[in-house]
Amino acid sequence: MVAALRPKPGPARSYQFPIFQGEALSGGAQLLVAPVEKLPIVTVLVVVDTGSTNEAAGKEGVAKLTASALLEGSRNYDGAELAEKFEQLGTSLESGADWDSTFVKITVLSERLPAALALLGEVLTTPVFPEREVERLKAERLSEILQTETEPRALADERFESFLYAEESRYSKPDGGSAESVTGLSRADVERFYHSRFVSGATTVILAGDIDPARARILVESTLNGLVNGAPPVRSLVVAPRSGTRNVHIVSKSGAPQSELRVGHIGLPRKHPDFFPTMVMNAVLGGLFGSRINLNLREAHGYTYGASSYYDWRRGHGPFAVATAVASDVTAPALREIFLEIDRIREEEISAEELSLATDYLEGVFPIRYETTSAVATALASLVIHGLPRDYYDSYRRNIRDVTVGAVLEAARKHLHPGELQTVVVGDPALIRESLAELGAGVVHIHNGQ
Amino acid sequence: MRIPIETFHLDNGLLVTLSEDHTAPIVAVNLWYHVGSANEREGRTGFAHLFEHMLFQGSAHVGSNEHFELIQRAGGTLNGSTWLERTNYFETVPSNELALALWLEADRMGELLPAMTQEKLDTQRDVVKNERRWSVDNQPYGTMLEKLQELTFPAWHPFQHSLIGSMEDLSAASLDDVRQFFETYYTPDNAVLSIAGDFDPAHARALVEEYFGPISRGKGKPPLPSMTLPPVFGKRLREVVPDNVNLARLFLAFRAPVFGAEEYYASSVCSALLGMRKGSRLHKSLVRERQVAADASAFTFGLAKGTDLFVVDITARAETGTAQLEEEVEREIDLLLTHGVTPEEVNRALALIETDLVTSLQSAGERADGLSMFATYFREPELINEQTSRYRAVTAEKVNGFIAERMVEENRASLLYVPKERVEAEETLAVAAGVS
Repeated sequence: MVAALRPKPGPARSYQFPIFQGEALSGGAQLLVAPVEKLPIVTVLVVVDTGSTNEAAGKEGVAKLTASALLEGSRNYDGAELAEKFEQLGTSLESGADWDSTFVKITVLSERLPAALALLGEVLTTPVFPEREVERLKAERLSEILQTETEPRALADERFESFLYAEESRYSKPDGGSAESVTGLSRADVERFYHSRFVSGATTVILAGDIDPARARILVESTLNGLVNGAPPVRSLVVAPRSGTRNVHIVSKSGAPQSELRVGHIGLPRKHPDFFPTMVMNAVLGGLFGSRINLNLREAHGYTYGASSYYDWRRGHGPFAVATAVASDVTAPALREIFLEIDRIREEEISAEELSLATDYLEGVFPIRYETTSAVATALASLVIHGLPRDYYDSYRRNIRDVTVGAVLEAARKHLHPGELQTVVVGDPALIRESLAELGAGVVHIHNGQ
Repeated sequence: MRIPIETFHLDNGLLVTLSEDHTAPIVAVNLWYHVGSANEREGRTGFAHLFEHMLFQGSAHVGSNEHFELIQRAGGTLNGSTWLERTNYFETVPSNELALALWLEADRMGELLPAMTQEKLDTQRDVVKNERRWSVDNQPYGTMLEKLQELTFPAWHPFQHSLIGSMEDLSAASLDDVRQFFETYYTPDNAVLSIAGDFDPAHARALVEEYFGPISRGKGKPPLPSMTLPPVFGKRLREVVPDNVNLARLFLAFRAPVFGAEEYYASSVCSALLGMRKGSRLHKSLVRERQVAADASAFTFGLAKGTDLFVVDITARAETGTAQLEEEVEREIDLLLTHGVTPEEVNRALALIETDLVTSLQSAGERADGLSMFATYFREPELINEQTSRYRAVTAEKVNGFIAERMVEENRASLLYVPKERVEAEETLAVAAGVS
């Protein structure tokens, strides 16, 4: 039979995050190049320092709409021609915007890079935003909003944020905008957003893969020729809670076979000095399969297929949340366990075994995260978006290793706030209302799910 | 693009494939068992997948959930998945932890049963029932897979029943089922082990022989009934599903050549041509030009036995009526039948597929999974290196041949999801008008 003795690890081989070079381009944009010699493929990620948090009140959704509309027509080609030209080159092409940034990303075989970059340049510097395509993209966003109403996970995420943040905070509304704000957007809004935000000083071009930095520079210089000079925008984000006390919000979905749960409060900005101890604390609480919350809810109780907790790391104070879906009849007991776990991690130090499970995992998994050109480019983008130091990935594993059980306890006490927890349940009120009222998790409010 | 491949067998029948790549200090271990929901007996739908959960509940020398803990502690990622024809288990770990990953897989292949208890089965049964609620019952269009199987396969066919299983059958699963299933299907001669990434071949081979060598060969598994079906359904199939959705969605399915057959590549190129990315025919026509759809895609299931399914998946815009949705999609398929596709459309599809093939080879886990797949279905892991040339051999003429044979009226099955409210409103109107 199989050997009973567990094998011990051999000597570890060292790993180096891809070495990258950064320089300023003549027009004022930044260039980062990470040569990865493995396969004949390259990812180009263009990051513009503007996102949903830069939108004016009433114009929510314009950042995402602009990012999509970029690909819908340029000086020389209409949208269908652009798609055809990119795809005849086998280019995987994606554009989008989140709270903090806007991006356009392509992955292409390296022999086809010059042609794909020329198209990318055309898209970035000469978009024409045809009225018909802007209106179509608005209609597609409105369809997506309708879909969200019937999709419990997306609905729970969206409503959770609206209950977390004060009305005047941009974070209280969906990053893609509401039906009302999107309906009100026009082609002129898109054009104005583009002209004021897509400027050289706000733009970084990242290449990762089969490319050398000198060649990259030559190719990219001509790509961005035509981008207007200008500095990145100044942000003024309001981040205030909607309520100072605990509340339970039931978002009604009658006949739901499960309750989709979110429990949490406003979290921390990405560039916070306690980032590492807080991340390790969260890994132990609910970030790993072997975390307290998942083992408790899934493996000990069988309440759920999975339960986790996360910090949504943004430039501003993004949410901290515990997320799971449980059978309707165990909604209250499951919530009770979640509250207990949040209390417990604030009360006493985690064990040395729990700490090492988290730190060994985070340290060991590091090279596995950067197997692809796309993952390397995205990692570099995150340095740019969050203003992290150039040696961030070289010191990452040391920073993880340095976290102690004391630091985890301190992070839990400082950054988890049981008195501020907002609970959102997308489920059937008839089945859960009474037991939730007895839970003592705050006043129970019932909302229409549609 | 070729990756190095080395293959060998153990005496107990385990087929092993190795593929070295030393660019990063990581290694992927991937095991495919040639058993899936198709092998379930009557009254036990969902069992192959429930069983996959039980494989993480410990074995003779591994505690409950310790498999997860040991791999994560080692800095690795892991999971398993169940499909109609196979079940796979995989981990990617720092290369100095290869022995641990192999030992864990061997311990559960060799000695799972001593760790199985009624309590663990009951808990995992609850977990899986919640997985069903989460991914099927409480998800818009979540019943798509099981309804499509039911609609497109005859009742006797092993691909006809639900993969996640019915609540009733999940409740009926017993420890005795666990024992039987394990002894029948979880044997080295019914499995393929692949290792990809940073390892020394001689060392890896020695570890495999040490850990897997002592495991006994199985006694054979009951044969599946002949799965071959005629190339077309023979008549028009259609099912309308009122669901908690706001947008109608049509899944139009066709019987198609099995995965791996020469004609499969024409089918796969056709799916990319129709529904891969924004330059695809259906996106261009239905989303961009006619603006009746919010989304359009097409895919093949990739089934290697009997028949494959080719599926066109179109989500309507809110203002598009359900009858209109069906008509618009049918019209596109009729256009294909009448006029065929152009070489430019085939080139676009091939270029995108080629980029995707190279992209997927970047990850050690995907390399190992591809090797296991070709070794399990065809006993030929080397096929992973032939994919680009097989695709390149596809011409517009071959795609048109596929269309002419398979996209005919008598090979169309529509699974149409419609908003429940709309159905109820239409019924009310019908009653008011005295038609129903």
